Amino acid sequence: MAKLTPRIVAAKMLHWCILIVFTVLLAFPFYWMVITTFKQNSDLYDLNSNPFIFNAKPTLDHLKFLFGQTMYVRWLGNTALVGVIVVAITLLLSIPAAYALTRLTGRWGQRLGVLIFLTYLIPPTLLFIPLSRLVAILGLQDTIWSLVVVYPSFTVPFSIWLLMGFFKSIPRELEDAAMVDGLTRFGAFVRMVVPISISGILTVVIFTFTLVTQEFVYALTFISPEKNQMVGVGIPIFLIRGDVYYWGSLMAACLIASLPIAFLYNLFLDRFIAGFTVGAVKG
Amino acid sequence: MAVVQTRNLTKVFKQGEQGAVNDVNLEGHEGEFLVFLGPSGSGKTTLLRMIAGLETPTAGEILIGGRVVNDLSPRERRIAMVFQSYALYPHLTVYKNIAFPLKAQKVPRHTHKEKVEWAASLLGINHLLHRKPRELSGGERQRVALARAIVREPSVFLLDEPLSNLDAKLRASAREELERFHRRIGTTTIYVTHDQVEAMAMGDRIVVLHKGYVRQVGTPTEVYDDPADTFVATFLGSPPMNLIEDSDVIVGFRPEHFRVAEAITDPVKVPLKFRVENIEYLGAEWILSGFLVGGRFDGKKAVSRLLFGNEFEIGKTYDFAVPERRLKFFDRSTEKKVEARALAWQ
Amino acid sequence: MAVNPIENSESPALGENWSAAAAAPPSRPKWTKVKSAGAAQSPLLGAAMFAPAVLYLAAIIGVPFVLAIMYAFSDVRIGSTEMHYVGLENFRSIIQSPSFRTSLENSFIFTFFSQVIVIVGSTILAIALEKKFRGRGFFRFLILLPWVAPISLGAIGWKWILDSLYSVINWVLVAVHLYKPYSAPMWLGEPHLAMASVILVHSWRLLPFSTVILLAGLTAIPKEIPEAAAIDGAGFWRTLFQVNIPMMLPIINVAVLFGIIFTFTDMTVVYILTAGGPFDSTQVLPSYAYFTGILGSDLAAGAAVSLFLVPLLVVIAYFMLRVAHRAEVV
Repeated sequence: MAKLTPRIVAAKMLHWCILIVFTVLLAFPFYWMVITTFKQNSDLYDLNSNPFIFNAKPTLDHLKFLFGQTMYVRWLGNTALVGVIVVAITLLLSIPAAYALTRLTGRWGQRLGVLIFLTYLIPPTLLFIPLSRLVAILGLQDTIWSLVVVYPSFTVPFSIWLLMGFFKSIPRELEDAAMVDGLTRFGAFVRMVVPISISGILTVVIFTFTLVTQEFVYALTFISPEKNQMVGVGIPIFLIRGDVYYWGSLMAACLIASLPIAFLYNLFLDRFIAGFTVGAVKG
Repeated sequence: MAVVQTRNLTKVFKQGEQGAVNDVNLEGHEGEFLVFLGPSGSGKTTLLRMIAGLETPTAGEILIGGRVVNDLSPRERRIAMVFQSYALYPHLTVYKNIAFPLKAQKVPRHTHKEKVEWAASLLGINHLLHRKPRELSGGERQRVALARAIVREPSVFLLDEPLSNLDAKLRASAREELERFHRRIGTTTIYVTHDQVEAMAMGDRIVVLHKGYVRQVGTPTEVYDDPADTFVATFLGSPPMNLIEDSDVIVGFRPEHFRVAEAITDPVKVPLKFRVENIEYLGAEWILSGFLVGGRFDGKKAVSRLLFGNEFEIGKTYDFAVPERRLKFFDRSTEKKVEARALAWQ
Repeated sequence: MAVNPIENSESPALGENWSAAAAAPPSRPKWTKVKSAGAAQSPLLGAAMFAPAVLYLAAIIGVPFVLAIMYAFSDVRIGSTEMHYVGLENFRSIIQSPSFRTSLENSFIFTFFSQVIVIVGSTILAIALEKKFRGRGFFRFLILLPWVAPISLGAIGWKWILDSLYSVINWVLVAVHLYKPYSAPMWLGEPHLAMASVILVHSWRLLPFSTVILLAGLTAIPKEIPEAAAIDGAGFWRTLFQVNIPMMLPIINVAVLFGIIFTFTDMTVVYILTAGGPFDSTQVLPSYAYFTGILGSDLAAGAAVSLFLVPLLVVIAYFMLRVAHRAEVV
């Protein structure tokens, strides 16, 4: 098993080939975004030049345009604001709910948890039409508050499910010990369980925020004015004026809105997987 | 002929760190039940896994049936292994579990049924052939694992602590079954355990390992009555041997040899006064622990093991003794066994 | 045989420490109530703790769901507050519309093919990522990008890559002389190619998610089982197909079910890449619902279209529950 036989070498090469092919296929668009962001228009729209290299000097023009002459920054701000508020609402609703379903309610609590998870399967593309009416009736049409009210509908089920997985992995003895020491059930929850679950809660925060930034249908439907839009909808709708695509700035916009989230997501992925395998496979 | 042999076998996991297995030389004889005994971290499982082909040695050679197998994959070594968790394929029935090695080795299809049923009847599990592993008890799973191992008629069996997943009550009967199974089959077996009772009960010879080094190889009698160093002396036997430091030696004597002086019939015995601090009644025996009083060992801790102990009281001192021939001596710096020497006892 | 103790000696007084400890009562912070750790379940407190979430979900999901059904049977429009019951009228006109029928068909084609690509691709990728190797974290980051980036932005990136004039793919194809200049494929302009493009972009997006789930399932296999297979004589492929993949089946099921839902109910990729065109060849149910209901102002018809998503969702939900239940037993 030690020698590098031709068979083992071939296997290793196949392994690397597969990895590289898949990685290139998956990451290429982002690489392409980077290149396009910094290429001058003359270079970008010249059919004869090699698109893989910089035939003219790289430029910051697209970035300047994006930040100076569009509402991009405003969209980023809207998205961040909605993200933070929705995360807060989600935590407030789902942490107690997940705990209650895991610890306090026995079998029917488990079933209720599954039911809540199933609501995650009811897609926005089914609910968006009646919700658009509801939003109009509440007077939230065209404001970011429409999203603040509606977004938890998909972040909460997901978060409850994820948190149930985390809470299940905390041994009951910890809370029992706290209660023997004099805390109430709720007190044990607040002072023992929540601090221990910080890692799970952080994971929920990151994933909720990611879900918010990725959402498209509701933002598209509920908000028309440019200045109130989210970044995921603002870019395709408003940076494309008629048939003219400012590709340089478009790609810059996409890139900047994607990468930071990717970093954060990657950091917390292992915790998500841990919660996922405990939660999902056990129903 | 030696069925399994290792020469200077070494395994270092991380460069610069202590090796998990260091320079191990041993031989397993035909039909023998050889036990690798040691605490966790002693390297016994790593050693077993190297013999199986699941770990690559850093140095040294492994021979099976006389030929060097270092470069052979596990399937080419004609060995069978039973894991601690049994590693049964959960999605296959017992029948298919046992048949799996036959399929993998491309044994002709029409012989499968016969072989599986032979292996199953050896272990008395014919009635379980259509069940899935999750429907079986711990003991039944062990038998399926054994059947799967025996069906290929390997030259060596490797068992990695197969009894440690069973609860205490089951362990004794499962152990007995294993012993009977070995006597019936006669295949050379290497058995890894941290339980010295198992090692003593089952082993033809025991390899005592500590921190990756072989401390002693011998029959149960040899390792118990004539330990090569203080580690072997204290690892085998419960409660462990009493060890007392004295100038340049360590003197040892087993609790069962440390009794009331009057009761010892040996003519030459060493008198030791013993103040009892704690008494434990275990049903079949009594364990007394306390301190030696007076003489060169004054103040040292000692433990005694008796059949009758209800007349002792805590806090009182008694006249105990050890037969002189039962004393063991170890060099204080190397901890290895040395010649007995005469000591003045008062 | 009587045993006589030589002398009566006293053990050191352990008793003193014990009595000192027993004398002082434990102090408690004032704000806690002393309660026995009695019943493990407190249904009342539990209900209070999950009530806000349940009520919220009932309001924001339950109510609109019912409304969607009501709208489908009415004549609601954007801009008007009237709502009258019209029976099956909406359904009748939708079913007769060729656009709708194409959308329905496309939805199934779209979902089926992308799922096949995703499952095969992510299985291969999960196996390639399983063992630790140098740079694995870096590869994983890159591989995750399509899933993490907002859907619309990734789709826009592809729109640029598949652009009718400036597609980098076409440039490469022309450069290696597979196509003459200006005759390279119109990825988003020609009906079959457009469908293929949409399927590929959607698979591209889902692949990382599926890979992560399968990787979790793969690493959950106790390592002793492939080792036992190796000792039993199984080579790489046999171990893969007869041991590893069968053991991963529950989680593969979960990945497939999620994938089907995400694909069947997604409108973003289609909306951005092709807006349903050319000539409805890439129109799917959700995007058609949007165009009809919101852009076409016919809320009722839009609702009716989107209701056709429900049967499939119910089927998926049923299987999802069964898989979760079975995985629990294992």
